[in-house]
Amino acid sequence: MLHRTLAALATSTAILTAGAAAAQEQVTIEYWQYFFEARVNAMEELIENFEAANPNINVEMTHFPYADYRTRTAIAVPSGEGPDIVQLFYGWLNDYIDEGLIQPLPTETFSPEMVASEFFPMVQAMERDGQYFALPTAVRSLALFYNERILEGAGVDVPTTLDELVAAAAATTERDGAGNITQVGLTTGMTAQDHHWFREVLVRQMGGEPYTDGYRNVNYDTEAGRAALDFYLGLEEQGVSQSGFMDEPQAAFRAGRAAFHIDGSFRIGALEGERGLRWGVTELPANNDGMRSNYSSYWVNAITSSAEGPEYDASVLFMEYITSPEAMQIWLDTVGELPARAEVGMTEENANDPVFGPFIRGLEYANTTIFADESAQRQVLVDMVERVQLQDMDPGESLTMAAEAEQAILDAYYGE
Amino acid sequence: MASTSPQDAAPGRQVGLTIAQKRTFWAWGFLAVPVLFYVVIRFYPTGNAMVLSFQEWNLLGDRTWAGIDNYRVLFSDPVFWQVFRNTFVYLLLGTPISLVIAFVIAYHLDQVRFMHGTIRALYFVPFMTSAVAMAWVWRWFYQDVPIGLFNNALATVGIAQIDFLDSTTNALPSILAPAIWAGLGFQIIIFMAGLRAIPRTFYEAAKIDGVSTWTVLWEITLPLLRPTIVFVVVLSSIGFLRIFDHVFNMTTQNPGGPLNSTKPLVLMIYQTAFDSFDMGYAAAQTVVLFVILLIVSLIQLRLLRDR
Repeated sequence: MLHRTLAALATSTAILTAGAAAAQEQVTIEYWQYFFEARVNAMEELIENFEAANPNINVEMTHFPYADYRTRTAIAVPSGEGPDIVQLFYGWLNDYIDEGLIQPLPTETFSPEMVASEFFPMVQAMERDGQYFALPTAVRSLALFYNERILEGAGVDVPTTLDELVAAAAATTERDGAGNITQVGLTTGMTAQDHHWFREVLVRQMGGEPYTDGYRNVNYDTEAGRAALDFYLGLEEQGVSQSGFMDEPQAAFRAGRAAFHIDGSFRIGALEGERGLRWGVTELPANNDGMRSNYSSYWVNAITSSAEGPEYDASVLFMEYITSPEAMQIWLDTVGELPARAEVGMTEENANDPVFGPFIRGLEYANTTIFADESAQRQVLVDMVERVQLQDMDPGESLTMAAEAEQAILDAYYGE
Repeated sequence: MASTSPQDAAPGRQVGLTIAQKRTFWAWGFLAVPVLFYVVIRFYPTGNAMVLSFQEWNLLGDRTWAGIDNYRVLFSDPVFWQVFRNTFVYLLLGTPISLVIAFVIAYHLDQVRFMHGTIRALYFVPFMTSAVAMAWVWRWFYQDVPIGLFNNALATVGIAQIDFLDSTTNALPSILAPAIWAGLGFQIIIFMAGLRAIPRTFYEAAKIDGVSTWTVLWEITLPLLRPTIVFVVVLSSIGFLRIFDHVFNMTTQNPGGPLNSTKPLVLMIYQTAFDSFDMGYAAAQTVVLFVILLIVSLIQLRLLRDR
């Protein structure tokens, strides 16, 4: 309660100065996001705080099931029927900018220098020609989840390097009399988060760079890419993993049948309620030289082109509030997603939090893949592994095929 | 259908319409609603999809003309040909297998008197169950040890596990099996209604003549069942050509996988439209599917029509 009162107080002082310019007449603006209970709750709290500080502005929130969200926004925003402020996946932003469906944020409030110095670096992908088009409240990164009970049982420590991870996974894999795996050391599955781990973490840790030219050129058909693929395939060959084990990697971990599992910060909420599961989380393992890497993604808030006049001014104020440090702390506490501003993320308390800490520290060295078509690009890597595992293709040949297929997707998208 | 209202019959109130004209007027009046419905709900979107197949559109921007580009890309796409083959495998395996099983069950069920209604209901239950729920239950059946029902059973008797869904050769039949099973109830009901419609006198005459059971089946039952068979074949073929929910839900992680080995045309259309937002390309695929459905249905109707 004290926290809320403080939050409201802080809001009022922050908005009083900025809000003076806003028109005194009543304005209603509409905000859209997809339905995820914690996110909706957090946004309701933010809206309440914002409206208390800006009595003349009324914010209405609409949400849709995730499965429909992209289609609904894609139909509503161009027709002008949609919201004033919309939440979009960062990967969709290029299309919205190209079609003129969202407006740039005013540089006096969101100057590129301010964003560059105060937000985590991957947010800079939202900038075009000296103006920001969108900003996130929260970001996500990857980390290594581990089952404490299994680790204690096998007497292994939490791994910090890739080699230690493989050794620990080997020590915790269990099989039945016929040799079938009944408990997996490390979950794997390119269909889950592993395609991010492969691109932005393993390829870089093997000394490569997955893409060049601003993610327009595929660059993993190299020695480093080959080493990354060999490492990944090796997990199954060495018997410490089995792709598709218990259908989905997170299901295996939740059921307590996996010692290690790589996943995003959005998984925290689902695991917290799991009875009988004692788990911890640590930063993704470094390579043997101590080099770490991570993948980060985020949902951004943007002002659509249908917001004009007083609605636009009110939308800017609302954008300013939902990207403020206070909003980020509320979002972290309610949703478990990580603050997009370094000053909020890297507070002593947050950066050392046993659960959020590993993810937040990961943001400092995270890269954000700029996708042309995320599901198609993921499919390329899924197929790459399956060609080797199901059809015995040579890994190098499969890697080359994957790089060519992904390059074709990028070329088609960028019209080259 | 002649008008019977007293006003119309009264002399001096004629407005110059003959009975035939009035009849036509009323007929079209009542038909207007379904005709309008069909034009708005069926024909307009169909025509629109055909136009869209020559355009490029990502839902966000304007539609731009692309000529026959979408079709050119489609026919040179190896994934399309793989998907095309898969779709026909679903059809060519699914339709005859389900037809034979449904007929055999219906034929025997027709002769069963003991708990006839209950047994018939049991066969019909899968048809009423949500395809999504069913697909997920079967997906669980097919998992590896330690959770999969089938593989756990194999493991307990000491037989090696089988890769059901995670295999380029087994995955398609594994998905087809529950799809056949799910549609069986409906086909059995239709077959039983067809069997009941055959006049008993034919069978009695055959019995008096001392004809064998096989001859009765070949010479009386099957020929007289022809309209039913045509109906079931056409309907189940269309069903297998449009298979989607079983495949999508049993392979949500890797839709249509592994390596496109289970992907049917409808799933390819769905992915092109709602994952890649390439609406023009998806429309071109839809037009191709429509043409295939039309050709297959016309061929079947011609081959099986009642002469």
